[in-house]
Amino acid sequence: MSKVIVVTSGKGGVGKTTTSAAFASGLAAKGYKTAVIDFDVGLRNLDLIMGVERRVVYDFVNVINGESTLKQALIRDKRVDNLYILPASQTRDKDALTTEGVESVINELKEDGFDYIVCDSPAGIEKGAFMALYFADEAIVVTNPEVSSVRDSDRILGILQSRSRAAEQGGTVKEHLLITRYSPDRVEGGDMLGMDDIVEILSVPLIGVIPESESVLQASNSGNSVVLDEQSHAGQAYTDVVARFLGEDVPLRFIDVQPKKGFFKKLFG
Amino acid sequence: MGLFSFFKQEKKKDTATLAKERLQILIAHEHADNRKRAPDYLPKLRDEILGVIRKYVHVNENDVNVKVEKGTDYDVLELNITLPEAK
Repeated sequence: MSKVIVVTSGKGGVGKTTTSAAFASGLAAKGYKTAVIDFDVGLRNLDLIMGVERRVVYDFVNVINGESTLKQALIRDKRVDNLYILPASQTRDKDALTTEGVESVINELKEDGFDYIVCDSPAGIEKGAFMALYFADEAIVVTNPEVSSVRDSDRILGILQSRSRAAEQGGTVKEHLLITRYSPDRVEGGDMLGMDDIVEILSVPLIGVIPESESVLQASNSGNSVVLDEQSHAGQAYTDVVARFLGEDVPLRFIDVQPKKGFFKKLFG
Repeated sequence: MGLFSFFKQEKKKDTATLAKERLQILIAHEHADNRKRAPDYLPKLRDEILGVIRKYVHVNENDVNVKVEKGTDYDVLELNITLPEAK
């Protein structure tokens, strides 16, 4: 049974594309056949983050319009088996996405035996974001510990609960909260919202906390998914998110203040 | 920094707590507004109903009243049409 997961947030710049890339890579690395679709028509970036920007020939809108087959447009990832990327069109606008078109692409992916279809939503609550969430079975809502991001997440949760296909049919989309760019030091210092506060405000179960980390920028610079960087805390936190999503019981990591290295530790350790 | 300003600083709420309080109030308000808000289709629905009725009886613009009441389990669409008195 294949599952459709939307990665969404309302607000821009909180880490949707980074999360989509890391999450899809993580699922594929676990052996699941995974497709990740960029819904940000006109501002495609998933291809760049995943390092396949020079291999884009056909895109999502070409497939919807019947200008190419799905097979021609899907880019197979060279580092992770079972991982395929469907890039967005860079030249069209978001009206090119139709409910019927998106549905036919998702159905074809399901027929082709994909276990997971990850939909990378654009920011905002316009057509592209709406299309990305409409067919979702589950949603990962990406939130930064910051007031405007939390408010926008609440708004997008309301849309998931009222305007998704599942909601229209009387069902629900299973929601997961993912907090990114978390900095335990600043939470401890009282100038950043803590994870418990965000969970309390949004009342959505937490699937993970990704610490603020230099490796995220380094990963996108080089076009490697951060989840492949086994040394980085952010990469490990994403690996944990994938494990939790698949039902494993994994405790949260990197959420407490790291003890400062003392003088001797710096010298010898 | 003097002794007094030191105590003053202690009393000041940290900004994360402030953020949480502001968000809780704001989101509670936004949810309440959403519950109260009438659906977008209401004015059009009202016009079309008026049109259908006018095929048979002449009613004034103000004689058709459409209201949506939101309940916990279901919403109620209330139509109130005042027909002209029979002559």
